[in-house]
Amino acid sequence: MVNLTIDGIKFTAPDGTSVLDAARRHGISIPTLCHHPKLTPYGGCRLCIVEIKGIPRPVTACTTPVTEGMEVTTINPYLEKLRRTTLELILSDHPNDCMVCEKAGDCTLQELAYFYGLRENRFLGERRIYTKKDGNPLIERDMEKCILCNKCVRVCNEIQGVTAIDIAYRGFKSKVCPPYERDLDCEFCGQCIRVCPTGALTGKMWTLKGRQKDIKEIDTICPYCGCGCNLTLNIRKNEIVRVTSREDTINEGWLCAKGTFGYTFVNNPARLTKPLIRIAPKNSNELRVTSYELKNKKDSEDLSLITRHSSLEKSLVTRHSSLFREATWDEVFDLIAKKFTKIKEQYGPDSIGSLSSARCTNEENYLFQKFMRAVIGTNNVDHCARF
Amino acid sequence: MKSDIKIKVCMGTGGIAAGGADVMNAFNKELKEAGIDASVEKFCSMHKVGCRGLCAKDVLVDVIINGKKTIYQYTKPDMVSKIVNEHLIMGEPVAEWVAGEDYYNFHEKQTKVVLSDCGNIDPEDINAYIAVGGYEALKKVLTSLTPEETIAIIKKSGLRGRGGAGFPTGLKWEICRKVVSSGDSPRQESDQKYIICNADEGDPGAFMDRAVIEGNPHSVIEGMIIGAYAIGATKGYVYIRAEYPLAVERLRKALTQAREKKLLGKNILNAELNFDIKVKLGAGAFVCGEETALIVSIEGQRGMPRAKPPFPVHSGLWGKPTVINNVETLANIPYIIRKGADWFSSFGTEKSKGTKVFALTGKVKNTGLIEVPMGILLKEIIYDIGGGIDKGRALKAVQTGGPSGGCIPAELVDINVDYESLAKVGSIVGSGGMVVLDETDCMVSIAKFFLEFTQAESCGKCVPCRIGTKRLLEILDRITRGKGKDGDLELLENLGNDIKAASLCGLGQTAPNPVLSTLKYFRHEYEAHIKDLKCPAGVCNDLIEYSILEEFCKGCGACIRVCPSGAITGEKKKLHKITTAMCIKCGACFDVCKFDAVKKG
Ligand SMILES: Cc1cc2nc3c(=O)[nH]c(=O)nc-3n(C[C@H](O)[C@H](O)[C@H](O)COP(=O)(O)O)c2cc1C
Ligand code: SF4
Ligand code: SF4
Ligand code: SF4
Ligand code: FES
Repeated sequence: MVNLTIDGIKFTAPDGTSVLDAARRHGISIPTLCHHPKLTPYGGCRLCIVEIKGIPRPVTACTTPVTEGMEVTTINPYLEKLRRTTLELILSDHPNDCMVCEKAGDCTLQELAYFYGLRENRFLGERRIYTKKDGNPLIERDMEKCILCNKCVRVCNEIQGVTAIDIAYRGFKSKVCPPYERDLDCEFCGQCIRVCPTGALTGKMWTLKGRQKDIKEIDTICPYCGCGCNLTLNIRKNEIVRVTSREDTINEGWLCAKGTFGYTFVNNPARLTKPLIRIAPKNSNELRVTSYELKNKKDSEDLSLITRHSSLEKSLVTRHSSLFREATWDEVFDLIAKKFTKIKEQYGPDSIGSLSSARCTNEENYLFQKFMRAVIGTNNVDHCARF
Repeated sequence: MKSDIKIKVCMGTGGIAAGGADVMNAFNKELKEAGIDASVEKFCSMHKVGCRGLCAKDVLVDVIINGKKTIYQYTKPDMVSKIVNEHLIMGEPVAEWVAGEDYYNFHEKQTKVVLSDCGNIDPEDINAYIAVGGYEALKKVLTSLTPEETIAIIKKSGLRGRGGAGFPTGLKWEICRKVVSSGDSPRQESDQKYIICNADEGDPGAFMDRAVIEGNPHSVIEGMIIGAYAIGATKGYVYIRAEYPLAVERLRKALTQAREKKLLGKNILNAELNFDIKVKLGAGAFVCGEETALIVSIEGQRGMPRAKPPFPVHSGLWGKPTVINNVETLANIPYIIRKGADWFSSFGTEKSKGTKVFALTGKVKNTGLIEVPMGILLKEIIYDIGGGIDKGRALKAVQTGGPSGGCIPAELVDINVDYESLAKVGSIVGSGGMVVLDETDCMVSIAKFFLEFTQAESCGKCVPCRIGTKRLLEILDRITRGKGKDGDLELLENLGNDIKAASLCGLGQTAPNPVLSTLKYFRHEYEAHIKDLKCPAGVCNDLIEYSILEEFCKGCGACIRVCPSGAITGEKKKLHKITTAMCIKCGACFDVCKFDAVKKG
């Protein structure tokens, strides 16, 4: 532990803590744009500058480790003047279109501009102009709004291990992009969107689906795999418009592509919400025709399937109704029990085998094997992860 | 009579560019053809030597007959046969080509330490270096000095880093020597330390380090080995720009030869020292000369500086304690060890010891590489060594320190050239660029030139530098185009100071210096651009007009012939006239008129 003074108040902080962390831990706020607690300190935005006694020029709190006896000043008119200039410079190279920006209301840059009351700008001049050209259906990159905080680059490298993007060029022309400025071609995990403090990176699927203030947040567990990441569904008008994740959870706020973008099935009209009992004869191949249609869409169309899907699904639903009828749970359980009993009596318990799923919880999987062993009386229990 | 004839041809990059190789070939051919007495030929040896400074007079050739040296300047291959015939055969130097007073003045006020062997020895032959005392310092260190004693000598000599910041070299070594834990694993004994030679030299117009490596690469290598011994490093890197192919080639040759002589590798000179050096090529980014960016670049990432602290001596290459020194700093080391700390500190001022190499360019008569004792008067450099201002014009200012430095106005030409004095007037010694400006230089344009450089070279990491320098440049640009506004000068000052205070690395922290220092000393010139829409030096195209002076025009028609836009009219032998609306301000008429009848302004 080291002893230090921040804004005249004495604190202790563990060795190796940054000045920023030490200050924040004690409720002293310092503005930041390029800092992320889980990523390597960067020191690029220069907003977190503080004065330290004995060091002739301001240093960044996010990169400077605390030392014994350090005396830190986080706020005074001079530091505020420097921060204001820095922000003004960022805004002088930023599209002035918050009114139509996806990120408005949830944007660190907007927030800071508001708190510093920056309306006029002394430095207006050339602005970087880029065309959006990505073909992918998931990540929207609007690099005119990028402030080069490098968080996306670091998360992609340090957390995701993909290194799909980096800064290219020098000086004013510096730009975050994939190699040779090609289209983004990566895992599409969306981690970069998650850390971007501005509207430079957003999800294509949530464009115009609603601002953060209208969103109700509901925590749940990701249904896709056994990792069980925590999800926060962002709901507007009873529809999931995007998925986020809290940082204080087991997955530390990180998600993969499925967790981030694979939520559309929830509101899909083809989704079964009630049990069905077949009414058509078994050899009817109508259903197979439908899934064949789905499968044979060409690759390029595959990408747009996510949105085009629904018309196909509607036809699925109508076909469903000619093959099945809706039933209650009691009714179907009775039916299943009756059929299992019959098979068991006729062919013995080992004629029945079972497959469970990685998308079930441990408890469900436990119950499942218990049911097979104790009720049906077979050890034919297996799991999708083996196939 | 048998004569001992030596011919030395200047073969630095400057010399080669001026045709050094052709001159050397011509000598080889002529000597053979002239059938110079076979016995003479036998003693005739030729050397390639490195740069000897006075590049403006390349190709320089020494002809040494029985120890008597004659220097030829501006030598061309077709001059060689006359030199061979008249000088080598008849014994009469070709007086008209022999270097004149200028050459001797150029050298008289200089004190050569780092450059003392450059230009005298063959840089591609390790034995040439050894013959003049090379690697003796290393021997001395390994046989009779502990690392601590070695550091003590460097500390006592007062040597400070020549790469720009002027940090005391001995102190840097001492801190690194004492570090026991590396940055990424505190409290753990550091298993590895590094020494890096910074040969990235990206300042526009600077070529000191190139000259040292081309002219005497072994002095740098010897300095590095001694440094490695002192701090306890076993691996070294030379980070050198790929745009210096000759320097890279000579460095590689020198390293190979040093390895053959067991001066690098395991158990150097049978002592317990293991050390080897790798060459790492830079890809031409100025910012990679900044030490932390250089380290990141060696590690294989995009060269962007990182914040200090921690400093490289604590956590440098791969997180290990690392000393980074400039080429010239390291090249000083062997001489200091050999001749003693007191000898070295006898040059210079109280706080700035030794000598410094400068690249003297701009409007002086003798441009080139010079080495002077610290504390020399600026005017001595300009008038004695540089031979004064070209074309008899008036000195206006001296820009030192390249894009990080400032402009020193003519009235301050009496100052001493050392770290403290230059800092006091708002400039820096820097890495040693020195551009002399005369009355025909526009200070706003000079500031703009340097800003264009720093803006293009900013790594883009931090906001004040990336966007701030762009805005400074835009303001300067509108001033030079006559679009300056009220308040622009205050804005320049305000923004410039904020950029200096808030930027991450030395590039941004110094980028506004050329603007701020010219604003300080030449504010009136900025004001003339904004308020009077005039460029007093007649440089800014948008603010000048060409006209023909009645009293001087002879009506010769020369200007009509060169004007590309047909803007000049006039009958032969009568006054000519420029139609301003058609003039594209190319200045062709101004240059061609023999009677100074074209007026610019
Ligand atoms: C933008 C920038 C460029 C630099 N370029 C060089 C360079 O080309 N060569 C050099 O030796 N030092 C350069 N430096 C200084 C180095 O960071 C470092 O201070 C120096 O190499 C240390 O060596 P020294 O103590 O021997 O001077 C540069 C610094 C900055 C900020
Ligand atoms: S989506 Fe994931 S993999 Fe792709 S760039 Fe962003 S962080 Fe990297
Ligand atoms: S895209 Fe977003 S996260 Fe990436 S550098 Fe730009 S502002 Fe930062
Ligand atoms: S000051 Fe300029 S060069 Fe240095 S880190 Fe910042 S942007 Fe890069
Ligand atoms: S948060 Fe410290 S520099 Fe950006």
